[in-house]
Amino acid sequence: MALLEVRNLRTTFKTEDGTITAVNGLSFSLDAGQTLGIVGESGSGKSVTSLSIMRLIDRPGRIESGEIVFDGRDLLKLRDEEMRHVRGHRIAMIFQDPMTSLNPVLTIGEQIAEVVRLHLGRNHREARETAIEMLRKVRIPSPEKRVDDYPHQFSGGMRQRAMIAMALSCNPQLLIADEPTTALDVTIQAQVLELMNELQRETGAAIILITHDLGVVAETCKDVLVMYGGNMVEYGDAKQIFAEPRMPYTQGLLASLPRLDAPANARLKPIPGQPPNLHRMPPGCAFAPRCTYRIERCDAPVPVTDLGGGHLARCWRCTETLAPVGAAQ
Amino acid sequence: MSDEPLLEVTDLKKYFPVNAGVLGRHVADVKAVDGVSFSVGKGETLGLVGESGSGKTTIGRLVLKLLPATSGTIRFEGRDISAISSRQTRELRRRMQIIFQDPYGSLNPRMTIGEIVSEPLAIHGLAKGKARMERTVELLRLVGLQSSHLNRYPNEFSGGQRQRVGIARALAVEPQFIVCDEPVSALDVSIQAQVLNLLEDLRERLGLTYLFISHDLSVVRHISTRVAVLYLGKIFEVADRGALYEHPLHPYTQALLAAIPVPDPALQGTQKRVLLSGDVPTAMAPPSGCRFHPRCPFAFDRCSIEEPEMRDVGGGHMVACHAVENGSIR
Ligand SMILES: Nc1ncnc2c1ncn2[C@@H]1O[C@H](COP(=O)(O)OP(=O)(O)OP(=O)(O)O)[C@@H](O)[C@H]1O
Ligand SMILES: Nc1ncnc2c1ncn2[C@@H]1O[C@H](COP(=O)(O)OP(=O)(O)OP(=O)(O)O)[C@@H](O)[C@H]1O
Ligand code: SF4
Ligand code: SF4
Ligand SMILES: [Mg+2]
Ligand SMILES: [Mg+2]
Repeated sequence: MALLEVRNLRTTFKTEDGTITAVNGLSFSLDAGQTLGIVGESGSGKSVTSLSIMRLIDRPGRIESGEIVFDGRDLLKLRDEEMRHVRGHRIAMIFQDPMTSLNPVLTIGEQIAEVVRLHLGRNHREARETAIEMLRKVRIPSPEKRVDDYPHQFSGGMRQRAMIAMALSCNPQLLIADEPTTALDVTIQAQVLELMNELQRETGAAIILITHDLGVVAETCKDVLVMYGGNMVEYGDAKQIFAEPRMPYTQGLLASLPRLDAPANARLKPIPGQPPNLHRMPPGCAFAPRCTYRIERCDAPVPVTDLGGGHLARCWRCTETLAPVGAAQ
Repeated sequence: MSDEPLLEVTDLKKYFPVNAGVLGRHVADVKAVDGVSFSVGKGETLGLVGESGSGKTTIGRLVLKLLPATSGTIRFEGRDISAISSRQTRELRRRMQIIFQDPYGSLNPRMTIGEIVSEPLAIHGLAKGKARMERTVELLRLVGLQSSHLNRYPNEFSGGQRQRVGIARALAVEPQFIVCDEPVSALDVSIQAQVLNLLEDLRERLGLTYLFISHDLSVVRHISTRVAVLYLGKIFEVADRGALYEHPLHPYTQALLAAIPVPDPALQGTQKRVLLSGDVPTAMAPPSGCRFHPRCPFAFDRCSIEEPEMRDVGGGHMVACHAVENGSIR
């Protein structure tokens, strides 16, 4: 059985210009110990999805409908205090900017120890020991000294590692990492990703890694979920999707990247048009206004097609062999 | 490419004073740019890569005279512009322009697209009335926007469209040379390619020369003819694109290239990974000798004592590293 099963999730926000549907009927599942990458452009609903799983959507937002079945229980049906226990203890989250989630007036050690005391019921001294141990695990040098540092005394990469230490200190079954390396330099990003992989092997936690960097997904995730305009447009094994994307947006995304392994002078193939505006979504396929393969049928709501082997695509034409993107222009 | 470089920068330095205490006493300097030399030939695109805080933006601003240098010389079209008057600086702005990273913050939200793009024409008295209007529409077309956009405001545009407005504004004065400071970093992947193609087309059509600043090595490889690698205010390696990406010599360049995640799961595990340990030190107290030595897997005793100098290893491939100099890296 899957560790996490999201079914038909719909999350909306009331804005001055009307209600937008940030996540629109999303379904996916994740097995224990697996890593799922969620990619998509800015505003496609990646963060709202993870905040919905954590039940951290506040007004003007609302989870309208759906189920989030985690370890056999629908999180949306839990009482607030039950959910508080799930958060941090069973599901932990790390954010793009660690400064927003670290308390500037408490030392790094106090913050990790607090989590440990709260969730694992350790006493003061034990909790501090655990904090040092966790900092050592994420390779903070001389952790017994740095445990008393304040967040501002850490560099960006160290803060992100401290966040990982805190998130993993209670052995969660699921770690949600929302753009954990986007604010970091590539050499530091490589360290953090390596660390996450290693800790996952050790603890067996499942990971949802949200990123806009397809390279990061390719390096760390077994499965990938591509989002566009608030919903899944393609899902499946990362190897398979990178090798043979079936949905034109995914195809376009992969084709538009400047790649180190492509001829340096090769002209890039952009996806034409602009990202979708959630206030004015097309009636059918969200990608239709930018799609080279659009046909009349695309203006009707698009069902998900199961292409076999766990590969799903939301596109009317995903079973046809389409000419490579760019060739048709 | 003509013999004389369009831009030539020699031993450029920029130190920002750090003041502390109630009296604001000068306690240290941030050595943001610490002795940098490079040149850009006409029609060339020099890519400037480096991690956050390495001094990329500061170099761009120094070159454009948006910021006074602490020392060093900047020659543009053969003329020393290090110490020119403010009137001459204004004149210079007709020849050199900048495109900023942030397509949201760099446009005045209270001005229409038409006003933003035509403003430089007014400032430099380049066109009036109907001619100015026509020129503005022409500029919008050039960057893939339309005359119907003239009276709209920045907030009605997406990031990619705003970046196009920024490019149109920079092109208004018909500059020779443009500093592009992370022009696509804030854009979605699907939009980045649009703007990169546009910059390339404009370079061809208008014969532009770019200093292209970015932390994204894949983007820099795509657009540059030559690439300079910056670390803590120092250039470590400069080479033609092919040489730098296929045969990087400096240990930092090698590590940087190895750290880029490749968007192809089929290749995973086939790559050799040089994981750098440690964090980037601060520019306030750069390490002694070679400032990369605390993180360098090749460091030996000389590295912490003596700063390596830039040396040409052949064909204009310049590297500052003791291990390259003594032949242990080749
Ligand atoms: N608090 C909020 N109030 C109003 N709208 C919101 C709020 N939070 C998110 N949204 C909207 O929901 C949509 C999805 O946002 P989300 O943050 O999930 O995007 P994302 O995919 O994480 O993008 P990014 O890559 O920029 O982080 C966006 O249109 C956003 O403007
Ligand atoms: N006005 C200033 N006063 C003091 N220090 C400054 C100032 N501007 C820049 N610095 C410092 O100079 C160094 C170089 O900054 P710069 O903005 O040039 O880096 P960068 O390479 O553009 O980085 P990024 O990739 O983050 O944009 C940094 O340490 C920065 O903190
Ligand atoms: S459903 Fe139609 S418009 Fe949408 S991606 Fe498929 S072909 Fe394109
Ligand atoms: S000079 Fe020494 S420390 Fe610096 S890069 Fe070369 S080998 Fe490494
Ligand atoms: Mg987000
Ligand atoms: Mg910068």
